[in-house]
Amino acid sequence: MVKINGEAKEIAGKNLLEYLKENGFNPEHLVVERNYEIIPKEQFASVTIQDEDVIEVLRFVGGG
Amino acid sequence: MEDKFVLGGKEFKSRFILGSGKYNLNLIRAAVEQGGAEIITLALRRANTQEKDNILDFIPKGVTLLPNTSGARNAEEAVRIARLSRAMGCGDFVKIEIMRDAKYLFPDNYETVKATEILAKEGFVVLPYMNPDLNVARDLQNAGAAAVMPLAAPIGSNKGLATKAMIQVLIDEIDLPVIVDAGIGKPSQACEAMEMGAAAIMANTAIATAGDVPEMAAAFKLAIEAGRKAYLTGMGRVLARGGSASDPLTGFLR
Amino acid sequence: MNEENQVYFVDSDKLPPAALERKHRLEQDPSFRTNHMEYMEGMQVIQSDIKDKVLQAMAEYDYDKYTANDVERALSHESCSIEDFKALLSPAAAPYLEQMARKAEEITRNHFGNTVYIFTPLYIANYCQNYCIYCGFNCYNNIRRKKLTFEEIEHEMQVIARTGMEEILILTGESRAYSDVKYIGEAVKIAKKYFKNIGIEIYPVNVDEYRYLHECGVDYVTVFQETYHTDKYETLHLMGHKRVWPYRFDSQERALMGGMRGAGFSALLGLDDFRKDALATALHVYYINRKYPHAELSLSCPRLRPIVNNDKINPRDVGEKELCQVLCAYRIFLPFAGITVSSRESADFRNGITKICATKVSAGVSTGIGDHEEKYEGKEDADVGDEQFEINDDRSFSKMYDDMEQGGLQPVLNDYIYV
Repeated sequence: MVKINGEAKEIAGKNLLEYLKENGFNPEHLVVERNYEIIPKEQFASVTIQDEDVIEVLRFVGGG
Repeated sequence: MEDKFVLGGKEFKSRFILGSGKYNLNLIRAAVEQGGAEIITLALRRANTQEKDNILDFIPKGVTLLPNTSGARNAEEAVRIARLSRAMGCGDFVKIEIMRDAKYLFPDNYETVKATEILAKEGFVVLPYMNPDLNVARDLQNAGAAAVMPLAAPIGSNKGLATKAMIQVLIDEIDLPVIVDAGIGKPSQACEAMEMGAAAIMANTAIATAGDVPEMAAAFKLAIEAGRKAYLTGMGRVLARGGSASDPLTGFLR
Repeated sequence: MNEENQVYFVDSDKLPPAALERKHRLEQDPSFRTNHMEYMEGMQVIQSDIKDKVLQAMAEYDYDKYTANDVERALSHESCSIEDFKALLSPAAAPYLEQMARKAEEITRNHFGNTVYIFTPLYIANYCQNYCIYCGFNCYNNIRRKKLTFEEIEHEMQVIARTGMEEILILTGESRAYSDVKYIGEAVKIAKKYFKNIGIEIYPVNVDEYRYLHECGVDYVTVFQETYHTDKYETLHLMGHKRVWPYRFDSQERALMGGMRGAGFSALLGLDDFRKDALATALHVYYINRKYPHAELSLSCPRLRPIVNNDKINPRDVGEKELCQVLCAYRIFLPFAGITVSSRESADFRNGITKICATKVSAGVSTGIGDHEEKYEGKEDADVGDEQFEINDDRSFSKMYDDMEQGGLQPVLNDYIYV
């Protein structure tokens, strides 16, 4: 089981970039953290999601 | 001589830092343009597939992005958010915002100093949001902050310069730019803070909740410029009321 | 040769011909003198940008450009900026002296209440290895030299303590050879038995030495820069370690780094342009305060006065009104700083200025060596050292105490609590 943005999902073994695209994210506008480590954008394509991973997919929003 | 506002080695003409929260993304460009803002704050949140619009597309090019660490409850979380924000590739600026008070949303000065120290060492241009306390401001300066951002009143309250006397102390005593952040509700209050010697004003709610967002941004621009000009010119004298009947103090001099 | 300098010469037939020749050469030949901006061996260099800031501000200060309008604006501001302070020190502020005094009085009362501190200086040695042409202790001056033994120091302190005095300022001539740090430290340990607050005014030393002296019991260190104008300084301090201007400048900072609670600053007004020296002194305090906010800082304000064997001296006089203006400006710019007024000033001046801005006065003063019993209790003693300068206000401790009380002030002997 993988935890992504707080939700549990069965996506172990999937390529990170593919997952993002399939789910309607624009990888250009994101920052991804896996197990408290930042994954640089250029590595999205070479990362395979592992079982037990905790992933945060973040973006900028309005704020003060 | 041109009056420039230098922050983290970058020169700015505008002394208005605009927040981008609580209003429609479509208004951001107009607000930035009308307000003449060269720095805009942002927040980092979990991405949601339903939101197609990207805020970065609404911000005019050349505007410096200032991500905040809102949501952080301690130094560790703030550091984590700051690093993630920098990984977006939008520069080294970060506004530290650490709160563990849900009612007034007061910044936690102690944790803020800790986060400032860590992030300054990592090369961030650190702008800490703080409760105006002289000793903490000195600690932030020693920790490597690029400015201090004391609150004027509780964030979002539009209550104006409730902490005026304390902010004046920071302006008088701290070598860093003092950017008044939070609580400024009206252009006149922004103007007053600038007259006191504040280096810049950060405002969000006052503009977001105005009748016309870009027009209010324009009003803030004018007020901030007026206050800055008055400060640089040197305020005129205030005549003391009434006379004093007592003997001269200097009568003994030969 | 410079005519102006020549009037300072004090020659003595008691000097050996070689020494006299050397003295003349120092006076007449600048190339014979060492570089006053270069540290001598053993002088610690610390990292500090305060010197540069002060020198720059001093060089840029054009006091004639300030107007009455600038002064009025400065007086109406709640906090006094550097620019405001410059206006208050300028000639344009002279007609506003009474208003400045009123503002200064209000600030003084806000920060210090209705109090005035009383202390006394004790000179324990007058040996000096410097040739400073305006000073009575200078190494070429033919005066009676004396260094008190520890028994004599204890005796002097007992005489002083009997009056009720609780704060003492221990002074020496500037001679490491005759009055070394250990000697001063031992004197301080004795003082600790009799007094609650101890200051020293000695030659500048390194951080570790200040730390040692602090451990012996010193609370604060006073070092007078004399003049902040480095070129003028060079022409007045011809020989000895005191010649090194920057090492002297950093003394207070080294003292604070060594753990001292406080530091005292001063220019000897009248040596050079007093407005520039007053600006530099106050900025020195200002920047030290910003860097060491915990330190208790104080200012003194000596003016040039007649000295032994040198009545030909012709200082650029600072009149009482100018002095009062400087002190009021100090107070308005530095509300927190203590201001000490020396016994070189008259009793009338000291009574008046303590009502406005001074917070500390000396009493029962002798600048001679080992003559307190003679002066306090009327016992003659031939074995005393000559005085550094003549004093003007010779009030005893009890007279000073009474006079201050009569003037409506509360005399305080010390307000330290040791934990």
